[in-house]
Amino acid sequence: MMASSYKDEDGHISVSGTGAGAGSLPSKKPENTAFKQQRLPAWQPVLTAGTVLPAFFIIGLIFIPIGIGLYVTSNNIKEFEIDYTGLDPSSPCFNCSQNFSWNSTKPCTCSIPFYLEQPYESNVFMYYGLSNFYQNHRRYVKSRDDSQLNGNEESLRKPSKECEPYARHDNRPIAPCGAIANSMFNDTLELFYSDPNGTKTQIPLTATGIAWWTDKHVKFRNPGGNNDNLTAAFQGTTKPINWRRPAYELDSDPENNGFINEDFIVWMRTAALPTFRKLYRIIQRRNTMVPTLPRGNYTLEVVYNYPVRSFDGRKRMIFSTISWMGGKNPFLGIAYITVGSVCFLLGVILLFIHHKYDNRNNNPDISSN
Amino acid sequence: MLRRSLNRLLGGDERRVDNRTIYIGHQSFPVNEAFIPPKFCDNRIVSSKYTVWNFLPKNLFEQFRRIANFYFLIIFLVQVIVDTPTSPVTSGLPLFFVITVTAIKQGYEDWLRHKADREVNKSTVKVLENGEETSKESEKIKVGDIVEVTENDTFPCDLILLQSSRDDGTCFVTTASLDGESNHKTHYTVPDIERDLQSLSATIECEQPQPDLYKFNGRMHIYKNDQEPTVRSLGPENLLLKGATLKNTQKICGVAVYTGMETKMALNYQGKSQKRSVVEKSINAFLLVYLCILVSKALVCTTLKYVWQNKPGQDEPWYNEKTQKEKDTNLYLKMFTDFLSFMVLFNFIIPVSMYVTVEMQKFLGSFFITWDKDFFDPEIQEGALVNTSDLNEELGQVEYIFTDKTGTLTQNNMEFIECCIDGFQYKHRGACSELDGFCVTDGPVNKLQQKAGREREELFLRALCLCHTVQVKESTEQARSQGEDCIDQVDGLPVEDEALQPPQEERGFIASSPDEIALVKGAMRYGFTFLGLESKTMKILNRNKDVEMYELLHVLNFDPVRRRMSVIVRSRSGDTLLFCKGADSSIFPRVRQEEVERIRMHVERNATDGYRTLCVAYKHLSEEEYAQADEGLREARLALQDREEKLMAVYNQVETGMNLLGATAVEDRLQEEAAETMEALQGAGMKVWVLTGDKMETAKSTCYACGLFQKRTELLELTVRTLEDGGRKREDRLHELLSEYHKKAVQDAPPVKAGGSRGRFFGKQDYGFIIDGPSLSIVLSSSSESNSNLYKNLFLQICQNCTAVLCCRMAPLQKAQIVKMVKNCKGSPITLSIGDGANDVSMILEAHVGIGIKGKEGRQAVRNSDYAIPKLKHLKKLLLAHGHLYYVRIAHLVQYFFYKNLCFILPQFLYQFFCGYSQQPLYDAAYLTMYNICFTSMPILAYSLFEQHICIEFLLKNANLYSEVAKNAMLRWELFLYWTLLGVFHGLVFFFGVRFLFGNPALQDNGQVFGNWSYGTIVFTVLVFTVTLKLALDTRHWTWINHFVIWGSLAFYVFFSFFWGGIIWPFQKHQRLYFVFANMLSSVSAWLVIILLILLSLLPEILLVVLRKPRGPYARKLSEDDLLQSSRLQPSHHCPIST
Repeated sequence: MMASSYKDEDGHISVSGTGAGAGSLPSKKPENTAFKQQRLPAWQPVLTAGTVLPAFFIIGLIFIPIGIGLYVTSNNIKEFEIDYTGLDPSSPCFNCSQNFSWNSTKPCTCSIPFYLEQPYESNVFMYYGLSNFYQNHRRYVKSRDDSQLNGNEESLRKPSKECEPYARHDNRPIAPCGAIANSMFNDTLELFYSDPNGTKTQIPLTATGIAWWTDKHVKFRNPGGNNDNLTAAFQGTTKPINWRRPAYELDSDPENNGFINEDFIVWMRTAALPTFRKLYRIIQRRNTMVPTLPRGNYTLEVVYNYPVRSFDGRKRMIFSTISWMGGKNPFLGIAYITVGSVCFLLGVILLFIHHKYDNRNNNPDISSN
Repeated sequence: MLRRSLNRLLGGDERRVDNRTIYIGHQSFPVNEAFIPPKFCDNRIVSSKYTVWNFLPKNLFEQFRRIANFYFLIIFLVQVIVDTPTSPVTSGLPLFFVITVTAIKQGYEDWLRHKADREVNKSTVKVLENGEETSKESEKIKVGDIVEVTENDTFPCDLILLQSSRDDGTCFVTTASLDGESNHKTHYTVPDIERDLQSLSATIECEQPQPDLYKFNGRMHIYKNDQEPTVRSLGPENLLLKGATLKNTQKICGVAVYTGMETKMALNYQGKSQKRSVVEKSINAFLLVYLCILVSKALVCTTLKYVWQNKPGQDEPWYNEKTQKEKDTNLYLKMFTDFLSFMVLFNFIIPVSMYVTVEMQKFLGSFFITWDKDFFDPEIQEGALVNTSDLNEELGQVEYIFTDKTGTLTQNNMEFIECCIDGFQYKHRGACSELDGFCVTDGPVNKLQQKAGREREELFLRALCLCHTVQVKESTEQARSQGEDCIDQVDGLPVEDEALQPPQEERGFIASSPDEIALVKGAMRYGFTFLGLESKTMKILNRNKDVEMYELLHVLNFDPVRRRMSVIVRSRSGDTLLFCKGADSSIFPRVRQEEVERIRMHVERNATDGYRTLCVAYKHLSEEEYAQADEGLREARLALQDREEKLMAVYNQVETGMNLLGATAVEDRLQEEAAETMEALQGAGMKVWVLTGDKMETAKSTCYACGLFQKRTELLELTVRTLEDGGRKREDRLHELLSEYHKKAVQDAPPVKAGGSRGRFFGKQDYGFIIDGPSLSIVLSSSSESNSNLYKNLFLQICQNCTAVLCCRMAPLQKAQIVKMVKNCKGSPITLSIGDGANDVSMILEAHVGIGIKGKEGRQAVRNSDYAIPKLKHLKKLLLAHGHLYYVRIAHLVQYFFYKNLCFILPQFLYQFFCGYSQQPLYDAAYLTMYNICFTSMPILAYSLFEQHICIEFLLKNANLYSEVAKNAMLRWELFLYWTLLGVFHGLVFFFGVRFLFGNPALQDNGQVFGNWSYGTIVFTVLVFTVTLKLALDTRHWTWINHFVIWGSLAFYVFFSFFWGGIIWPFQKHQRLYFVFANMLSSVSAWLVIILLILLSLLPEILLVVLRKPRGPYARKLSEDDLLQSSRLQPSHHCPIST
């Protein structure tokens, strides 16, 4: 507006905006410091072909071997996968998948025979995989109460609203509440090795060490602290609707029961993508002389509790060995090799261009322009 | 504003009445007429915007009119109302912060305005009421009040001078704060007014308020007891303007004619509107694009969501049932809320933090201007001042510079250099001895040693002494006994001495034009001293120390059309003499031709030296001639209609057949480095226009002196003089001239190289264009609409093809008009106005950037400017270095901000395709909020404060670098597209790189799997590193601050992630990130993919950096190499390379 126009001439009022701070000391000479004069010592890198070219070569030279290493490692990882959804009528689990009902008291079992062509030498990790299962759906992801899972008594009695509609059932709080817990994977997978001589031996599966250590020991805690009596701690709560057993009966081992049951913890770590795998069991290597899983016939016994047909899902069982880079994943190796090669190639091309340009640059005819 | 427009409107109504009648002292008068006290506005000045009551609503309304603020408000409200993936706090808090800070700032500024208004409105003024002197608050002055003003006070409103304490009925006024002319102007009382104002019974009829400072027409009817009313004409010489200051006069009394917002001063000042920089406009444009991206993203997701949900079993699988409330919600309402949720999820693409960062950058960045010691002027002990930090980057975009002349280009300090009498040159030796020598050997006509005849010489000097309107300045103590003291004082001085004594200099003269003083002082050097004017008698002390007395009969005032002034005096011996001085072009046709040639050479040489030249002529008037002239003059002076035209006719009639005496040369010294500055600015591709209220000749010579006009420059003149040449209607002539010039300058001229330095190579004709105020008003307000547009276009096209344009005789408002016209012409170029006086305020306010010079003429310009610098020469660094750097910095800041948020949000968008379009955020809420605030904000802020892609010295040396960023070069759509594509590319790389990695989520060497939060964290880590390293690649100037901030942010991110994931947060509902980051780092695959993706993202950037260089302009490359080498060879502290 016009304000300033009407002030007296001496103008000791200064309507100044944001920069006024400087106006407050008008008669002072600005300090001659490097900072204020914008003369701070500075490193002024100039990226030229000369500096970047070696970088390209170096990147190429580093990446390609890493890529090859990754690729080889990934290829050396053995993986075996069985889809036991049972959609195909010929599949042993077809009946189970067709006749599924939440109310059935008798568990439906099916056994799938398979043949391992290669022996698995080291520890074998057994995963279950689900497809088209949106564990990352927003409504699903937030449907949990971390403070309840952390053993908070109050949250146990009053589950968070986030758990709706899986917060209360029959007027009793659900423990553990929420959609994630409610839909916990509850197929039981057992593995039997059929000796060439016909005897069937069950392969022992380790159920611990499958969840993150911090989850098991810090993030998840049973209510009631160190109270051994879990049943009492869960007093007044009800099991999730779809569960067959309450949380305190998940496992006989008190260190793996209730909220700190590792199967439960693994399930509670929601997957990133709709097709995912989760660690189910570990087959420990017992004897250095004998492979963990020798070549031969096996049977996978499935207690088929988990319905996936309604949402077009698939269920898989996966054996995999693990390397330093994790499970089998050729992507990293290929990506490294590709990027490395591209860098190297670019290096060559740039060198060529640079060389040519340099020649032109030195040509006196051009500089007369 | 409303009030003003209302006033204007009312004024418009009144204008139909055409006149206002004012009753002096509110007295009714004997003649029986219906006395209707007319309504005039009071003398209150309102410049504040808010009152206490309307501040909050009005300010909030104004703030939310900003597209960005409104957008954030909407987002915030959506978050509050609808169940959204992120908490309302994430957008509410920053918005609240921004709004509050702005409101406080604006409130404070308005409070200052209130204070200023109050100071003006409440100041006490003495008013004569019913014969008594009463004190009144200034705002209560009514039209018709008789106001008393004492020395050195400003006039509280526009007054008609009734009475002065000086005997001769004059008073002196300086209008420095109005039109920038610091010299003293003489104003006259209305003649025949009784000493006793109480008994005065009179009315004033005058025109309705109009902004022209130099125009006033009125008539005063004085009623004396039962006599016919006497009629006196009133002109601008009787009008004292509000804002002017009374000088050298003890007190005056005047009657208020225009008050408050109707004063000429108020009408001349426009509101200080919010200026917006081009960058801000670009931001808004980009914002709209991103808004479109945002909306389309949300639309796509919503649509796909419902398509996807239509498949059986997808919407509500058994494992993920909806709550009862969700089930009950209407489908369309749900679609809508889903749409809003997506909007909220993606809203980070347009971050509040960008506005905060931009504001911070501007605010902090402006300190570098005030800190710059190069702007420090030891004379006034001040440096540069930044009044608004909103326009820093605009300094790098200037295309047109409008500069004031007096006080800006020149020092407004006239000095008599030489004169020539009858073709013989007289030079003041002491002043410039070296030049002297040059002159001796120079012209053949130059006969320094020879002198003109003594008689002629003395006549010439007498002419200099008489032909002016100079007053001898009395100091206040002497005011009572002026005459004698004055003589005494002069008597005591060694007048013959060529070098003047300091005390005498101080005593000085008062004149309406500083060159008149210079001339009088010049005459003094040659022995003729003007002693003063006393009751129409001029006294001169001649060489023989005799006092000569002349009776001053008439002053034929200077006007820009005639471009000369004359006095008619009668000497003791009874001779009536007319002395005339004026521009050569206006004198030469009116003198005997045989004398002209000898003088013309001198005049032309002086003019090309940049001096202001005046020719002096005289004429003997016979008794009859004088009688005739006297009658003509008296008659014309009283005319109320066409007074000026009539006067002019008489003047022209009298000023004929004169004898040429000689010529003078006066120098208006240029500001330091004015020519260099102008050259640099023109070299930077800027067009310089000189807008001045001064006379054309003076302005022209200044233009020559500071190199805006060259010797070879062909001047295209569109002035009253050229318009009246043909003797036809002005408008016809205008049309003709415009077409002619247009043909010359535009059609025939070879296409001008865009942005190039001015085509100084030979063969190409330079054009300079000169226009004056009256001609401009014809151009702008032609009778027919179509003509007016045509003229405007022609005018602009001509001007654009001229190297320099000079607009003289401009009223303040006209200056603003010109600026506005250029501002709004095709391509809407960025304009900059620079001036030091209050007459420049309107153009300073009008231009995109207004620069005030902290000159001698008050502080008006400085206060209304956006930036103030002590001297003109500082403009060079302000524009070429600061402006350029600020522009580059903020342009990069803006592009980078959009880029970094695009690649921030794109993975989130892509994730929707994998999570059933459920608005699941990819990143944790903490990351979403902190990304823009903590992780990536500091490096770009540091960059935008310290970056010097080219070091300052080099920028100053190579002005043409400025044109490389001209026309908003760094925010063009191509570049915006490039950044956007880069953002998209990065976003795709981040997301799909990790997506392929998660083909098998068992990424740890113990076979354990990663979940969705790990996915997000890996993407986020890649994102933060890439975005920061991208900036590092762009940084050309790594100070320790840049190092600290860039590496510090990355370290902070890592530290924060550990910390955030390391604790079970007590008040958090979710512990999503618990040990996610640590687990991620324990996975080799995660490390490898992070490194790979960062590198892959930056690869094209590095490649481009390498490839871009050879393709750039050859000269640029060379110069940069030069720069590098020189800075390497001699690591000066300006751009040293740390080792």
